[in-house]
Amino acid sequence: MESFTSITGTAVPFMRINIDTDQITPGPEILRGRADGYRSSLFARWRYLDMDKRTPDPDFILNREPWKHAAILLADRNFGCGSSRESAPQALRAFGFRSVIAPSFGGIFFSNSFRNGLLPVELPIEDVRHLADQVEASGGKARLTVDLEAQKVTGPDRETYVFRAPSVLREMLLAGVDEIDLTLSRAAEIAAFRNQDQAERPWAYRPRRAGQAH
Amino acid sequence: MRTERTFFEKVWNSHAIADLGDQTSLLQIDRLFLHELSGSAALKSLEDEGRRVASPDQVFSVIDHAISVRPGRGPEDSERVGGIEAIRTSRTLSKALNLTFFDVGDPRQGIVHVISPELGVALPGLTLVCGDSHTCTVGGIGALAWGIGSTEAKHVLATQTLPQRRPDTMRIRFEGSIPLGVYPKDLILHLIGTIGANGGIGYAVEFAGSAIRSMPIEGRLTICNMAIEFSAKYGFVPPDDVTYAYLAGREFAPSGADWDRALAYWRMLATDDGADFDKEVVIDCTEIRPQVTWGTSPQQVAAIDGRVPDPSAIEDSGMRELTENALRYIGLAPGTPLEGIPLQAAYIGSCTNARLSDLREAAAVLQGRKVPEGFPAYCTPGSGQVKAQAEAEGIDRIFRDAGFEWQESGCAYCGGGGADRLAGKRVISTTNRNFEGRQGPKTATHLASPATVAASALSGCIADPRKLLVH
Repeated sequence: MESFTSITGTAVPFMRINIDTDQITPGPEILRGRADGYRSSLFARWRYLDMDKRTPDPDFILNREPWKHAAILLADRNFGCGSSRESAPQALRAFGFRSVIAPSFGGIFFSNSFRNGLLPVELPIEDVRHLADQVEASGGKARLTVDLEAQKVTGPDRETYVFRAPSVLREMLLAGVDEIDLTLSRAAEIAAFRNQDQAERPWAYRPRRAGQAH
Repeated sequence: MRTERTFFEKVWNSHAIADLGDQTSLLQIDRLFLHELSGSAALKSLEDEGRRVASPDQVFSVIDHAISVRPGRGPEDSERVGGIEAIRTSRTLSKALNLTFFDVGDPRQGIVHVISPELGVALPGLTLVCGDSHTCTVGGIGALAWGIGSTEAKHVLATQTLPQRRPDTMRIRFEGSIPLGVYPKDLILHLIGTIGANGGIGYAVEFAGSAIRSMPIEGRLTICNMAIEFSAKYGFVPPDDVTYAYLAGREFAPSGADWDRALAYWRMLATDDGADFDKEVVIDCTEIRPQVTWGTSPQQVAAIDGRVPDPSAIEDSGMRELTENALRYIGLAPGTPLEGIPLQAAYIGSCTNARLSDLREAAAVLQGRKVPEGFPAYCTPGSGQVKAQAEAEGIDRIFRDAGFEWQESGCAYCGGGGADRLAGKRVISTTNRNFEGRQGPKTATHLASPATVAASALSGCIADPRKLLVH
């Protein structure tokens, strides 16, 4: 897990509702482009006039200065809804994003993001709109700080917005620890649980095929 | 002290190995199901890190997403970029790691969420995960099932556990009798239209009420399938006698003395009378009409006799823009009546609506009728078993005679593989997502029930199935 403590950078106002993971990384991109971390796959249907030829659409915000260097994405409700594809947070991260600030997130995308070094931050819609208005008005010069350690966002006007990240995921992201190793450090506890549980629910552990002897 | 507990609490608590703080538990995972689109990445990554599979007996694997569904396909035919490599990786590693594997050509192959209850891999009270958001489908059998990412799938492979934050609980009660021509798909679309595509964020959703209790398992699977479309990661129907009757004798379901023990255990899982939910929603089924989506989110839906809405009448600026964007993509003007919108293709398939009951429902409308000459219409049975049973009943004949192409089972026409055949077309579809580009580049998808898709295919435009059903 890539670590994240605090970042300061350009934020792009992309205030749409229900940006689904099919838009973040379209279906045909999932098995393509792992080599660049899905960087070129990000928003491929919106970003290119022709997705196959990769002809950039000059009108699309992420193709324009200064937004193409943004580290933070501001969006409206239910960002990352839909498919479980992990290419979605990976593409955002590979493009250069470290954080997405939105009023709410699709649950699978939310947990996938932490595991790929991308911090999803939930703030009320009024606050996200206020931040978006400020960066819009500054033409992208205004910078935001997202601090996971302190769990607060600092806007261009120095106003701070407190958020809460789930503590287990937060600690893992701060430390950048490997989640599997962390879980395997509880091997004895897991084994004890499974032994007892297996005595109560043997069918959960031994799915037998018809005709096989028990 | 309150002793009444919900199904969700019972299942969650019985799987909690350790409390990690902040409402997060390390959960025992009873079944991991892999498919080649996300599963190949998890398997490859596990292999690259040199880790071993903790409990191969509890891991199942299938080829369904990238494989072609065209009639007469070979074991590696794919219309997806990178599809062949994903199929090969999944096949090679599933075999090498000794997982239970359903390959192309295996009569048990099919769409993961169709075959997991069909084979008795998914059972009441089990935790089941898969790298696929529609894993909530098998909540219909009374499992606690949810979609995960590839990194989480690797974690399950390596540990057979998963850290999860406990969601809040919601109960949605569908009450009253369902009118003729209205199906589970209409119920769930109507619900999403009512509570919105973000209405389920942070909730585990129990479906209840008289309409759910009297609904066969296949309908419950359809309802639970679309829980993720209102952003609930988990949707389920606690098990009852309908569930047990469905599961008895399934290949991977317990048998003999194990069945009796399991049954006694399952009977204790139902939500206790008086148990609390964080939120409750009641839907009156008697008022629901056939539903069709008009936009690019499942929440953008209306009754078949309704019209495309007018964005200028919407107060919330975000919602107004959402509607405007959707109408621009879908190519419809505000105020257009849904009934009569001309179509360029029809599709029956997917983990939502490709089970035997869905095909029977469509066949009842198609019988003795034909789609317009040259109108592309496709049917993808959800599994090899569904296909074989449909053929035994002569349902394939009804579809073929009506002008449908009868395909092999898989996800291709919903998940983007083989989408060139639907590119740029206006399609009426039994799938679960009408997102931009979901069924192909510039494809406009209208979601509906199998009966509505069948009626619309026959008319070449969006049509009301009630007018074709024999009363």
